[in-house]
Amino acid sequence: MTQFVDIGSLEDIPVQGARLVRTAQGCIAVFRTADDRVFALDDRCPHKGGPLSEGIVHGDRVTCPLHNWVFDMNTGEATGADEGQVGTYATRVEKGRILIDASLIARSNAA
Amino acid sequence: MKKKLVIIGAGMASGRMLEHLFDAAPDLYDVTLFNEEPRGNYNRLMLSPVLSGEKTYEEIVTHDADWYEAHGVTCRFGEPVVRIDREAKLVHTNQGSAEYDALVIATGSAPFIIPVVGKELPGVVTYRDLEDTHAMIDAGVAGKDAVVIGGGLLGLEAAAGMAARGASVTVIHLMGHLMERQLDPAAGYLLKKDLESRGIKVHCEGATKAILGHERAEAVLLEDGTVYPADLVCMAVGIRPETRIAVDAKLEVERGITVDDSMRTTDPSIFALGECVEHRQQLFGLVAPLYDQAKVLAKTLQGEAAEFRPVQTATKLKVTGCDLFSAGDFADGEGREDIVFRDPGRGIYKRLVLEYNRIIGIVMYGDTADGNWFYGLLKDGTDVSEMRDTLIFGPAFQGGGAPDPMAAVAALPPEAEICGCNGICKGQIVQAVQGGAVTLDAVRAQTKASSSCGTCTGLVEQVMQFTLGDDFAASAPSGMCGCTDHSHEDVRRLIKSMGLKSIPAVMQELGWKTPGGCHSCRPALNFYLLAEWPTEYQDDRQSRFVNERNHANIQKDGTYSVVPRMWGGVTTPAELRAIADAADKYDVPMVKVTGGQRIDLLGVRKEDLPHMWADLNEAGLVSGHAYSKGLRTVKTCVGKDFCRFGTQDSTGLGIRLEKLLWGSWTPHKVKLGVSGCPRNCAEATCKDVGVVCVDSGYNISVAGAAGMEVKETEHLASTPSEDEAVQIITAFIQLYREHAKYLDRPYKWVAKVGLDWVIERVVDDLAGRQALVERFELSQSVYRKDPWAEHSTDRERAKWAPMADFTLEAAE
Repeated sequence: MTQFVDIGSLEDIPVQGARLVRTAQGCIAVFRTADDRVFALDDRCPHKGGPLSEGIVHGDRVTCPLHNWVFDMNTGEATGADEGQVGTYATRVEKGRILIDASLIARSNAA
Repeated sequence: MKKKLVIIGAGMASGRMLEHLFDAAPDLYDVTLFNEEPRGNYNRLMLSPVLSGEKTYEEIVTHDADWYEAHGVTCRFGEPVVRIDREAKLVHTNQGSAEYDALVIATGSAPFIIPVVGKELPGVVTYRDLEDTHAMIDAGVAGKDAVVIGGGLLGLEAAAGMAARGASVTVIHLMGHLMERQLDPAAGYLLKKDLESRGIKVHCEGATKAILGHERAEAVLLEDGTVYPADLVCMAVGIRPETRIAVDAKLEVERGITVDDSMRTTDPSIFALGECVEHRQQLFGLVAPLYDQAKVLAKTLQGEAAEFRPVQTATKLKVTGCDLFSAGDFADGEGREDIVFRDPGRGIYKRLVLEYNRIIGIVMYGDTADGNWFYGLLKDGTDVSEMRDTLIFGPAFQGGGAPDPMAAVAALPPEAEICGCNGICKGQIVQAVQGGAVTLDAVRAQTKASSSCGTCTGLVEQVMQFTLGDDFAASAPSGMCGCTDHSHEDVRRLIKSMGLKSIPAVMQELGWKTPGGCHSCRPALNFYLLAEWPTEYQDDRQSRFVNERNHANIQKDGTYSVVPRMWGGVTTPAELRAIADAADKYDVPMVKVTGGQRIDLLGVRKEDLPHMWADLNEAGLVSGHAYSKGLRTVKTCVGKDFCRFGTQDSTGLGIRLEKLLWGSWTPHKVKLGVSGCPRNCAEATCKDVGVVCVDSGYNISVAGAAGMEVKETEHLASTPSEDEAVQIITAFIQLYREHAKYLDRPYKWVAKVGLDWVIERVVDDLAGRQALVERFELSQSVYRKDPWAEHSTDRERAKWAPMADFTLEAAE
C-alpha cells in the first residue's frame, strides 16, 4: 500500500498553478486545478525538458511553457499529435493538506 | 421492564430516528431527550425562510409538545448534558442526571469561527440555529449594512435572508467562486451574477483580516485592504462536528465521533448520529444521509442488523430565484467526458460529467428542471450511450439539434454597440436588414457598420443572419481556438457590449465549449478584459504565460533572465554596480548587453528571482518588462546635448515616453525608438513606434518590424511640439490596445485596419485623441508599477521556492 507524506497546505499552491517538490532525482511538479484536485508529475517535458510546473493549467491538462505540448495530468501522457509521457505520482488531499507518495523520499535515499 | 434510551440532542436526525423507532417498536424504550436549545425538533433547513420572513418558527416545528407527550418522551430541553459516566451508565447535567441502557449522541455541529481580531464583538453572529436567526432578525437589519463571511450554502442563504429584510449585504468568500464544493467556476459565475442582480455584493478571493469596531462591529477589513461597513457580521464559513462530550468520555473521535456501519461508537452501549459523526472517514452535512443514518440506528436499537451506506446526494440552494443543482463528482478526470450546454441568453449552464457512459456528476444553473432525472440516471448508474447525443436536453427532448451558436448575438439588446468605429448598434443593423439591405455591402453602405476597420464584420454578419434566418449565409467565422467559434474580434466587441468582466463570464455568455478554456484563449481573454475594464477586472496571473507570470524570461534550461529597466538606455555607475553585485551574488553565468540598450542577466534560478529583484529595487532599478506583451524598450541616441548632428533632445524624449508607457499591457510587445536626427542611430524606423527628430520638430512613424518580417515604419504625423508628439504616440498605443487582436504586433494590426483609419483617430480627431490618452492614463493608474517590488516582499518570496525538499530529508 502506498505510504503518503505531508508536503504542505492546499493553499500553498495557487488555483490553476503548481509548486515544486525537489527530490534527488529531479523535481516533481504538484498542480492544483480549478476544482481543487491535485496532481504530481515529473517537472520535465519529454520533448525539450521544459518545466511543466510553469505551464498554464486548464481543466486536468497542463501546457508545457516551452513549446505548448499539452499533457493529461491523470496519465502524464501527451495529448494531440505529440507522443510522450511523464511520470505521475500518487497524491491525496486531506483536511486541506497535500500528501504525496512517500516513496519519493525513499528514492532520494537510494540515490 | 422497558429499557432506558437517552438521547443527547433534539435535532433533525434524532427526531427522524425516534419516528422510525416508535413506528416499529413503540414499547421498547423509555426515552429521555436532552437538548441544549430550549425547544424540541424543528426543520433547520427552513431557517432561511424564517430569516427572510417567508415563514414563522411555528410553521417549521416538526415535533411539538403533543407529539413528545403522546410517545412518552421525557423532554429535558434547555438542559445541556455536561458529562457521560460510562462505568455507571449515567449522563449528568448541571441540574441532575439520567440512567441509560442505550445512549445516542446527536449533538450536531457547531459553526466554525474564524480566529480574527474582533470576532467576539457584539454584532458578530453565526447562522446555525433559531437563536442565530432571531439575533439577525432582532438586529433590525433593514437599511443597515450586513457582511456575510462565507459564500457556501449557509452563507448565501443568510445573505439572501437579510437582503430580503432590507439589509445591504456583502458576501465575502475566500475562494475564487461561490459554493466551490458544489459548483464549478461557470455555475459559480452565474450564481454571483444572480445575487448581484438582487443587490447582494459578492467579493470572491477575499480573506478576512479583522472585524473592526469599538463597542460593536462596525466594519470588516480584508487582507487586501478593502473595508466593508458592517452593522452586522454573520460568520458562515463552515461547521465542525460537536464532539466535546464524546472526547471527554474518551470515545474514539477523529474529526467526528467514530461510528461503525450500525452507528455504534467504540462503546457498545453508546451510539452517535447526525452531523457529529464520522463514518469511514466521511463527515455529513446534508440531510439525506442523516435520515439514512436515522433509519439504520432505529433498527440497531431494536437489535436488528442494519448497515449505513452513504449515497451520493444532490444539493439545491434555498434562495428564491437562484436555481442551481449539483450532485456527484464534477471534477475533470481520466476517461471522463463533459457534456456542456450553455444558453447565454437565458443564463443557463448545464454540465454532465460522464465516465464509462454513465453520469457521475451534474452541475446545473438557471434551469434545473431535469436535475432529478439526471440524478436518477446517476444513482442508478444507467448506461447513457444510446441517448448521449441528446442527453443534455433532458427527458422531454430526445432527438433535438445542437445548441444555437447565434445565441450570444440573439441575446444582445437592440442598443448594444456592434461597430465601435461608427457607433452602430444592433437595432440599426436589424432595421437596415428589415428595410431591404440583405447583403453585407448593402448594410455597410446604409449603416456604415463594419465599413471602417472591418474587425466587426463577423458580428455584423451574425446579426444579419439572426435577422434573415437561413436566407443569409455568413462567411464561416474562425474561432479564437477550439474552445469557441467566436473570433478574437467578436469576443473583444462582445466583452464590451455585454459588459463581461471576468473569464468565467465570457465563457458562459459566449458559450465556451470547454469548462475552463485552454492555453491559447485564456491569456487572450485576460488581456481583453484588463484592457476593457482596467479598474474593475482583476488580472488573472494563472491565465498568463510563464514569462508574464514570473516577470522574467524563461530560458531553455528552465532558468530565467533578468533585465532591469534603463530609461531610454541611460544608466549610472551606481546602477551598474548594483547589477554587477547581483550578478556576483547569484552566480549569474552570463551578463549580456541587449539590443534594447540595457543589460541582461541570464541563467537565474527561479527561487533567486525575488531576492535579486529586492537587491535591484534597493538601487532604484525596476523591472524592464523584457518578458511582457507590453512596453519593452525605448531606444534612443544621445541627441543634441552631445551629438553635433542632433536636432532635438532625443534621449530626454525617449525617457519621457518610457516613463509614461511602462507597465502597460498591450496585445503584443511594443518597442520604441527615438533618433535625434535623420541619420537615425536609434534605428527608429523599424520599431513599432519610431520618432525621428528634425530641425522643425518630430516625425512620428509606426508599424515597423524587424523580426521574421522586416518592414520600415509608415509616417503617422509630424509636429513641432514634443508634447503633441507624446500625445499622438500615447493615443496610438491606446488605440492598438483597444482594437488589436491578441498577439498581433502593431504592423499586423495596422495592415488590417489601414493606416488612414488610424490617422483619423489619433491625429485628425483631437477630441478622440484626448479621450484615448485619458483612457490610457486610467489604465496606467493601475498598471504603471513595478511588479518586482510586489513579488519580492517577505510574504511573497517563499512562494518562489519548492514547497518541499526531499533531498534535504534524505540528508538528515
